[in-house]
Formats: sequence, structure tokens, C-alpha cells
Amino acid sequence: MRYIDEFRDGKAARALAQTIAREVDSSRRYHVMEFCGGHTHAISRYGITDLLPPNIRLIHGPGCPVCVLPIGRIDDAIALAVERHVILATYADCLRVPASKGLSLLKAKAKGADVRMVYSSADALKLARENPDRQVVFFAIGFETTTPPTAVAVLEAQRLGLGNFTVFCNHVLTPAAITHILESPEVREHGTVPLDAFIGPAHVSTVIGSRPYEHFAREYAKPVVIAGFEPLDVMQALLMIVRQLNEGRAEVENEFTRAVTRDGNLKAQALVAEVFELRKSFEWRGLREVPYSALKLKEKYRAFDAEARFEVKTKPVADHKHCECGAILRGLKRPWDCQLFGTVCTPENPMGSCMVSSEGACAAHYTYGRFRDAHRTADHAP
Amino acid sequence: MHVNTRMCLAIPVRVVELLEGASARVDMGGVQKDISLALVEDVKVGDYVILHVGYALQKLDRDEAEKTLALIAASGVQPA
Repeated sequence: MRYIDEFRDGKAARALAQTIAREVDSSRRYHVMEFCGGHTHAISRYGITDLLPPNIRLIHGPGCPVCVLPIGRIDDAIALAVERHVILATYADCLRVPASKGLSLLKAKAKGADVRMVYSSADALKLARENPDRQVVFFAIGFETTTPPTAVAVLEAQRLGLGNFTVFCNHVLTPAAITHILESPEVREHGTVPLDAFIGPAHVSTVIGSRPYEHFAREYAKPVVIAGFEPLDVMQALLMIVRQLNEGRAEVENEFTRAVTRDGNLKAQALVAEVFELRKSFEWRGLREVPYSALKLKEKYRAFDAEARFEVKTKPVADHKHCECGAILRGLKRPWDCQLFGTVCTPENPMGSCMVSSEGACAAHYTYGRFRDAHRTADHAP
Repeated sequence: MHVNTRMCLAIPVRVVELLEGASARVDMGGVQKDISLALVEDVKVGDYVILHVGYALQKLDRDEAEKTLALIAASGVQPA
């Protein structure tokens, strides 16, 4: 068992596709949101849409941390590097995100700002230890999977008594974003964005468990099936969703039992609870302000909070006026509905956030799906 | 094998050696890397873990993986 190849078997995928095709009710449509960018990537990469009957529509959700990070926060990170002369340690994903004034972290680096790419929060901590005369800021972004590693770094910095390490915290929460989507007028009025069920995140759920989704199944009557990131996982989860909807059930089911339990990773949760607390509100690109959807460092860890040390005051920044990332992130539009898509906006020259990360809906479609466009028929319209 | 340097993707890796300070050496298709075990407990050599931004996020359960594969096999209509 290597946990990869076994879940990519093409023959098993085609067999699953036949079962799905046989079981779907042709008199209805199935609108399924895959919340997480990891699923968006897998769906595009393995051409899963092509294996599905035309009345199953997959809606790419906002679970791509780079995509939902507001431009203003990237501007803040650039300002820390350029104006406060810190060493800014960032995951590679953030480097090319377009910021204000035609800048990005990568362009700021080319102009002399000290921006360092790190693979892990531990690498950022190492930079602080190796550069005691410099301030090192870790640009912490991501959902519940990257938050525990940031918590570990803060606690380690405290243990080591590092006075030159801070975290610029942008960690966000999956359940709050799902609630926001379910409460949005488009979904509630069931007109603009029909939404019948969710494919629940794989790795986020390893940390938070399946329990937090029970609320969505119960209160909003939406089935949630947690799925692994391999193509067979996604196909099996879709079959489970089709069966729930056909039978009128709305439950949390777990296809990813090899890594997800109901309670999740309690050790990771305890570390996060020790270091972070909820923000009252946080701006998500595409969703605007979402209440209680993000984390900040607790007052007792203020010494490690870059926002406190450098008095960061974020200014909201509007998207490019023709960029449809906001509507795409909410499931209102699809990449090819945007006039910038594939013309001025490409992975080499991204205008909007969905084109920046390979998990973004636009980048995934540009890389893997756009050659199907010529064959797209009216069947695929929402 | 492509070594993932992006933040958001996570992969199953096999633990080949336990190291000091809650860390381990893992094998990812022939490439070895040292990772942190700070977020998991009771990891042994030979276990598979999900590696994400340098940290093991969770152990993978072999029995559950086999059950899921059996479920997938049973779900599929075999093409003629």
C-alpha cells in the first residue's frame, strides 16, 4: 500500500463512472461544490468532469488559500519587506500573487526587498536564528492544515526566546466560509447558485475531523462527503452524494477514513487553541467580510505578532474591474465567463487570484481543461 | 520524482527513520526528506503519514485504506 497509485486506477474510475451514470436521476441536476482547491486541482488534472453525466455540475469553492487572500494583505507583506526592511519568509504560493502598483512579492524581491521562500514554518524560524540582527516575519497563510505548523513555530520561538521572529497571521477557517456560502443570498434564494451538496476537504478534515460538518447536514440539509484527493476518492464521494440526494438524505459521510476521524487531530487542535483566537471579521477575496472566519495571535503571544510589532493597518483594495475572481469563487461564474481568462490573464501573467495558484479554479482550468472548450455543449450550462 | 514545494498540496510519505526532537526522515518515491512529527503521536518506522509544509499532519490507516479500495471496487460496474 503506497496510498497513491491504488487510488488512481483508470479501470476502477471508468467502472465507478458507469455506476454513477446508471444511478443518476436524469430528470434532475446535481450541483456539488468541492470546497477545497486540492479537489479542484484533482478534478481538472484527471479530467473527472469528462467521466461524469452532464447533469452533475461541479462548482469550484473558495478553498484555495492564495485565491481568497485579499490584495491588501499582500500589500502589507510587501510593505514589511520594503519599508520595514524585514526578512519576509513566505510560502512559494504567495510569491506571484499580483498586488497593488503592479507589484508582487517576487517583483519586490527583484527590486531588492529581502523576500525568502520557505517550505515550512520551521524554515522561517531557522532564518530568525541565523539572522539575529534582522527582523524575520513569517507570512502565515492557509486553512486549518497550515495553522498548526504556525502554532508550533510561535511556541518554539517563545521557548528559544527569539526577539526577532514574528508571524503575519492570515489563517482562515473552512466551516466559517461554508456557512457564509450557505447564507449568501444567491444560495438561499436558490436561484443564481443552486447548491445541493459538498465534497468535504481531505487534509483540512484530518485536522478538524468530520464533526464540524454535521451542522451543515443538519441545519441546511446539505449532504457532505469528505473525500481524499485522489481521483478514485473524488469519484466514490460523488457516488455517495448522488445516492444521498436520490434518497433524500443529508448526512456527513467520510470517504477518507484512512486519515479522517470524527474528532480529527486533537494534538494539532490543542496547539492552535493555545496560540490563536478568532477575529471578529476578516476579508476574503471574493467573499468580502466573513464574520469569525479567521485567526489572530492571542494577546499573550503579542510579542510574536507582526501586526502588533509593525502596526500593520490593512487598506482594502478593489480587484481589477474586469476580473471575475469574486464571482468565480462564489460559484456564480466559471473561468471561461471572464473576458480576461486566457487572454490577458494567464498563469504566466495572472491578473486575478484564481489564476495564481495551481489550485485556483482559473489556473486549473487553463492548465488542464481549456482544450475541452471547443467541445463544450449546452448540456454543461448551469 | 517532483518534490512538492507548494504549500497547499500534501502527499503520503513513508517514515524510514525516527530522528531526535520529534522529527523523522521520510521517503517520497526515492527522495528523502526530514520532517517534523510535532503534530502527531506514536509514529513508527514504516508508517505512512500525510506530509504538509514540512509537518506530518496525520497517520494513514492501512486497514481503512483497504476498506475504501474494496468499497470502490464493489461500487464500480465492470465495463464489459
